[in-house]
Amino acid sequence: MDGEELTEQETQLYDRQIRVWGADAQRRLSKAHVLVCGIKGAVAEFCKNIVLAGIGSLTLVDNRLVTEEALSANFLLPPDEGVFAGKTVAELCCDSLKDFNPMVRVSVDRGELSSFDEEFLKTFDVIVVSCCSLAEKKSVNEKCRNLPKRISFYTVDCRDSCGEIFVDLQHYTYAKKKLEDTVECQLSYPSFEEAISVPWKAHPRRVSKLFYALRVIEKFEEAEGRNPGETTISDLPRVLKLKKELCESQSLNEAHIPNALLERLVTNSKEFPPVCAIIGGILGQEVIKAISGKGDPLKNFFYFDAVDGKGVIEDISSKP
Amino acid sequence: MASHHQFSAVKGAKVLMVGAGGIGCELLKTLALSGFQDIHIIDMDTIEVSNLNRQFLFRKSHVGLSKAKVARDAVLRFRPHVSITSYHANVKNQEFNVDFFKQFNVVLNGLDNLDARRHVNRLCLAADVPLVESGTTGFLGQVTVHVKGRTECYECQPKPAPKTYPVCTITSTPSKFVHCIVWAKDLLFAKLFGDKNQENDLNVRSSDSASSSNHAEDIFELYKDETIEQYGRRVFDHVFGYNIEVALSNDDTWKNRNKPRPIYSRDILPDEPTKQNGNSDKNCATDDQSSFSAMTSLGMKNPQEIWSLMENSRIFIEAIKLFFTKREKDVGNLTFDKDDQLAVEFVTAAANIRAESFGIPMHSLFESKGIAGNIVHAVATTNAIIAGLIVIEAIKVLQNDANNYRMTYCLEHPSRKMLLMPVEPFEPNKSCYVCSETPLSLEINTHKAKLRDFVEKIVKVKLGMNFPLIMHGSALLYEVGDDLDEDMVANYAANLEKVLSEFPSPVVSGTILSVEDLQQELSCSINIKHRDEFDEEKEPDGMVLSGWHQTSLEKGDSSKTLGNGESISTPSATEADKNEDSDIVASGRKRKLDEAPSSAVDISSSANEANSLKKLEELDDDDDDDLVMLDDGDSAMNKKKRLQ
Repeated sequence: MDGEELTEQETQLYDRQIRVWGADAQRRLSKAHVLVCGIKGAVAEFCKNIVLAGIGSLTLVDNRLVTEEALSANFLLPPDEGVFAGKTVAELCCDSLKDFNPMVRVSVDRGELSSFDEEFLKTFDVIVVSCCSLAEKKSVNEKCRNLPKRISFYTVDCRDSCGEIFVDLQHYTYAKKKLEDTVECQLSYPSFEEAISVPWKAHPRRVSKLFYALRVIEKFEEAEGRNPGETTISDLPRVLKLKKELCESQSLNEAHIPNALLERLVTNSKEFPPVCAIIGGILGQEVIKAISGKGDPLKNFFYFDAVDGKGVIEDISSKP
Repeated sequence: MASHHQFSAVKGAKVLMVGAGGIGCELLKTLALSGFQDIHIIDMDTIEVSNLNRQFLFRKSHVGLSKAKVARDAVLRFRPHVSITSYHANVKNQEFNVDFFKQFNVVLNGLDNLDARRHVNRLCLAADVPLVESGTTGFLGQVTVHVKGRTECYECQPKPAPKTYPVCTITSTPSKFVHCIVWAKDLLFAKLFGDKNQENDLNVRSSDSASSSNHAEDIFELYKDETIEQYGRRVFDHVFGYNIEVALSNDDTWKNRNKPRPIYSRDILPDEPTKQNGNSDKNCATDDQSSFSAMTSLGMKNPQEIWSLMENSRIFIEAIKLFFTKREKDVGNLTFDKDDQLAVEFVTAAANIRAESFGIPMHSLFESKGIAGNIVHAVATTNAIIAGLIVIEAIKVLQNDANNYRMTYCLEHPSRKMLLMPVEPFEPNKSCYVCSETPLSLEINTHKAKLRDFVEKIVKVKLGMNFPLIMHGSALLYEVGDDLDEDMVANYAANLEKVLSEFPSPVVSGTILSVEDLQQELSCSINIKHRDEFDEEKEPDGMVLSGWHQTSLEKGDSSKTLGNGESISTPSATEADKNEDSDIVASGRKRKLDEAPSSAVDISSSANEANSLKKLEELDDDDDDDLVMLDDGDSAMNKKKRLQ
């Protein structure tokens, strides 16, 4: 089969979405390489979305074995022990994803997130990390920023009925339609570390409560040396104490982080499948935007909570 | 959130999903993952290649199979213990009656057309089952909750009518590419390959109307002594040459317009039959009738490319040849289908040649296909998001958490920082004839209009009824049903041809007709008002229904109404872009975001609009309060207290 034949095939398969983002964006997608680390429900949704969209390649990292918890919101894992025994989450997801779109190269890397070096990372255009520690997030983000090549970096996490996406596109140039014309726009992003280090006093008005609540839990897990999601209801008193301390040191009214919200987040660290679909959908859309260089990207946090039903963008950057 | 209460509500629920397409695949997956145990799913469609980029439960090997069945099997592979019942059927079938709907706790729609949405809305109202409705276009989407007596029903608000074009714009004075597409698809394609007996405006010209009726009979017939190539060229010369010359002879038409240029095949194509330098063997390699392609024959590959006039002309002739030689059986009963490659090629070529003649820019096959097929833009991500939102609302409905029902908009550009924007549902519209039984009024010429006109244009199209029954007092004028005896059928058929004022009990000004649909369990009264004259362009039906709002058949269904010589209704993808696309997204955005209601929106809905903005503010303010007032405790509880 020659190259042109493939184009015909692609045009046919991707007909409906080419009508949304154009043939040029589709070509860029088919040349992009994406790395994901930590495959729970929201990331499984994301992987499905970009494989369907026709990304060039997708590399999966998750060396966990399948557990009851891993199965709960991840439809890429077969529930049959006869099938999943002895295989890692990444391997099993790889098998399912390959099937979704034969034109996308899906593969597994057995390395550990913390040991990935810049040589390895630079082979990707987009890196998405999930369910990892604060230190790992910061370190991978920094490594990406040290490379001469621009890599789009995302973190994504869902707990209970809430989800968070963080985006770092570094210095990003994109095209935007304004009436009939296409204009060039530029955005500068802070790193994850820079963003969470912005003094809370300097934040814009009415930042989502989820931003603060998740920082408290993140801090708690780091201080206690816990794996992400390992905090439970029995930790609540100490989580609330940490919240108080943080609010005092940051001069933030404690009411900005309702105890009920923290309670909700530590009681049930399991993902809620509808929220995974929503967060995985928004993340998929953002990654497609970043690769195609078309349309306003999200800057730089996104929150969804099924309780109030709002999907909110927060821009938390240090002012120059 | 994931409380025991919620868990048991989900586990014990029996839900009906209507539609196993873009939203449906995502929805079925998310329902199964969320713990739903008893799911029924209806879809009449089979799988197509262009579905595979987003309907992730389907594979290439499934093309041609039932969506509902394949979706069921695919989800059972990762959630084997869920009970999923699939129906490969039209939701409008009689088996899906009110009793069928009553067995469900909630109905979830993932549909792609207005007609079916209206039908399901009525059955849900009649069965008193809550409905969660949804729709997406590109990056836009919307989820709404409809609970009888509590929130508005799906039909409480007007839906934008599809774009229609005046007949003369299509037949004589096209100014946009879409006009050429409508001409090529609904007039020329229908004339050459469709039912020869149906009326068609293709030849009617003010200047030659006297001679056209005889002349027209044979011009599109294949003569015994000519080859298909000759026939194709004769048709080409007639429609792109002769007809344009005739039109040009009417000076008045061109006073303020650019004159078209007649195009003859001899000027474009060499005299000898078109040589084939492509791979025509490929066309013969398969028995599949739908795989013949003029592009393949001519060695052309790129659907994104805009063809030259010569290329368009060659495709035009080649497509006619292929239809008459390879698909002879189809000729005479074809209707345009966007998935019929050869039909799309023919329509693209014909539209482009006409466009060239009128000085309108030509378009690629890819673009033409979108316009001709009214293709709605679709991506997987929006469908996944919308499916997640549907499940969240469905769970609230099952828990009877009425205060927290929301309609949610998925936006492309953030509004008040929000990409997903929840809004409190509207109250039922008191003037809605569907959920409030408000009488309608109809202006009609009772001395000229026949019962048939009333049934076709009002009862079927405007009121969306499938099995109507029409009464005047105690006199039964008309009825549709499977169980009627022959006498009745004959009697009703005769009634259809009667003029309204000539019935034994005449239908005149002041008459109240009662119209019912037994399947939908919907009835409404229509006050008749006689009127002599109607504006042909503005009121093409020759009658005006009011008292509520007007809608008409949506995209895709429009081709059926063509050829009646009155209005050609074909919304296009490009028009739809400007109109914010698919019906439900547009209606929602209009009510909520637009400053000025469009002319189609009546007063009651603009009142609603103000109302909704007010509600939005309330929700917003409420959030402000959260930040300063809440210390601990359940935030939702506190919110409720303050609202009391």
